[in-house]
Amino acid sequence: MSFITAFKKEWLEQRRTKKLLVGVIVLTLFGMTSPLLAKFTPQLLSVIPGASAVAGLIPQPTINDAIAQYIKNTMQFAILLALLFGMGSVASEKEKGTAALVLSKPMPRSSFLLAKFAAQGLTFLLSITAAGIACYYYTYALFGALDPLNWLALNGLLLFYTLIYVAITLFFSALVRMQYLAIGGSFGVLILLGILSSIPGWVNYLPDGLVSNAALLANGLTVAGWQSLWVSLAILLAALTAACLVFRRQEI
Amino acid sequence: MNAIQLADLHKLYGSVKALDGLDLEIPLGSVFGFLGPNGAGKTTTLRILAGLAKANSGTIVINGKSVQPFTANLEIGYLPEDPAFYPWMTPIETLNYFGGVFGLKSSECKTRGNELLQMVGLKDVAKRRVGGFSRGMRQRLGLAQALINRPTILLLDEPVSALDPIGRKEVLELIESLRHECTILMSTHILEDAERVCDTLAILYQGRRLLQSDREALMEQYAAPLLDLELSNGQTKELDTIAEQLKKTTGIIDVKRNGNVLRLSVRDIKTAQTEVLKEILAHGWHFERLDVAKPSLEEIFVKLVGVEGSIQ
Repeated sequence: MSFITAFKKEWLEQRRTKKLLVGVIVLTLFGMTSPLLAKFTPQLLSVIPGASAVAGLIPQPTINDAIAQYIKNTMQFAILLALLFGMGSVASEKEKGTAALVLSKPMPRSSFLLAKFAAQGLTFLLSITAAGIACYYYTYALFGALDPLNWLALNGLLLFYTLIYVAITLFFSALVRMQYLAIGGSFGVLILLGILSSIPGWVNYLPDGLVSNAALLANGLTVAGWQSLWVSLAILLAALTAACLVFRRQEI
Repeated sequence: MNAIQLADLHKLYGSVKALDGLDLEIPLGSVFGFLGPNGAGKTTTLRILAGLAKANSGTIVINGKSVQPFTANLEIGYLPEDPAFYPWMTPIETLNYFGGVFGLKSSECKTRGNELLQMVGLKDVAKRRVGGFSRGMRQRLGLAQALINRPTILLLDEPVSALDPIGRKEVLELIESLRHECTILMSTHILEDAERVCDTLAILYQGRRLLQSDREALMEQYAAPLLDLELSNGQTKELDTIAEQLKKTTGIIDVKRNGNVLRLSVRDIKTAQTEVLKEILAHGWHFERLDVAKPSLEEIFVKLVGVEGSIQ
C-alpha cells in the first residue's frame, strides 16, 4: 500500500517535472536519427568539400550499421539521463527537507526508495520503447525489415543496462546529501566498469557485455554466454539492497 | 498520564552533545511549550520523536508505548521548522499524498484535505502549485499536513518563528484552536508565543531540562515585574545619570539601559509607576512612554542559569 502511494507520487513527479517528456523526446530523436545517419553519412560526406575522397572509402551502409549506431547513441544518452534524473532523487529530498516530511509518517524507507526506482524505470521503459519503435520504422524504411523478436530483445537488454545505472545512482543519492556527490559516485562507477570491460575477456562478465549481446541478437547471431546478464542482475540488486540498507538507519 | 515521556535521552553529533540526559514528561492534552536558545536541543528532540533521528541512549514512551528508533508513529503529526513541499504539487494533492501514506482511502483523503485547507485558510489556492507559496502559506500547509491523520500528539518545531506578525498571529490562533483536540508539543525561543498558547512550559539549555512548570507558576516565579521608560531623544546623554538616580528610587530593584529605553525591574508595578512618575516630575525629565513590559525569555533564562547567556 505504501509502495503504491509512493509510486503514484513518483510517477506524477516524472510527468510534472517533464522527465518523462525529456526522456521520450531525447531517446526517440536518437532512435530516429540513428538509421538516418547510418544511411546518409556517405552521401553527406560526399557533398562536403574535401571529404568526398573519404566518402569513397566508406563501405555501403548496411542494416548492421543502423543497429550499431542506435545502440551506441541510445546507450550514451540513456545513461546520461539515468544519472541526471536519479542524482537528486533522494539527495535533494534530504537536502530540501521533503524527505523529512514524508519519512516522519509511516512510509517505509524501502518503499520510498523502490518507488523512485520503479517510476524512473517506467520512464526509461517508455522512452526506450518509443526510441525502439522510431528506429525500427526508419530502419525498415531505409534498409529493410528487422526481426521483431530480436529487436524486442535488443531493446530489453538496453533497458536493463540503463536500469543498472538507475539503481547505482539511486544508491549514491541515498548515501549522500548532495546531488553532485551522487552523480560523481555514479559516474565513477560508470568509468570503472568501462575500464574493467576493456580488459580482454572481462566484458563477458560485466554490464557492457549486455550491449555486445544486444548487438549480436539484433544481427540474428547466437549469443555465446549470458554471464554478463547475471552479473548485471547481481549489481542491480546489490545497488538497490545497499541503498535500502544505508537509508534505513540514516538520520534525515 | 503523560502523552510523551523522555528519560535520560542522550544524543551526540560527533563530539557535540545535542541532548545530555534530557528528561521530560508531557501531560496528556496539554499544550506544551518547549523553550530554549538556539542549540538547546529542541529540534533534535522533536526529530527523534518524529522518527527522523536516533538517540544514543535513553527511553522514549509515547502514549504508554516504548518507541523504537526511526519508527514513525501513526499517532503523531509533525511540522518541521521550515516545511518543504514538492513544488509541482498542489496543496490538495499534497494532503492526498500524505493521507495516502497514513493509509487513508482516497475519498477520505479528499474530504479531510478540503476540511484542513478550509481550516488553515488555503481553500482558495487548493489547486495552485505549492512552488509559488509564501513562507506563511507553506507554514499553514505544514500545519494542515501535520493534522491529516488526526494525530493525538502534534509536534511543532518553531511554528511561527519566521512569520510576519500577521502570519504569526494566524498560526498561533490555529494552534490555540487545536487545544482540545490533541496534545501539542511546540518548540519556540519566543516566550511571548509560548505564554500565549501553552499551558505547560519547559526550558532547555545545553541538551538538558532546566525546569518544567505550569505557565502561571513559571511567570510568577521567574518573571519579575518590569517597566519600560522611554525618554525623549534630547536626554540621551543624561540617561546614565537618570538610570543611577532611578536605582535609588523606592521599589526599583535594577535598571538596565537599551538605547533610549530604561528597563526597570521592580517589586510592585503600581508602587513603582507612582515612584517613577514622582522622580520624573521632580527632575523635569521628558519621557515618551512608561509601559509595563513583558519579560523576555532571555531575562528568565539569565535568572535560571545565573549568567548573561547569549540567546536569540
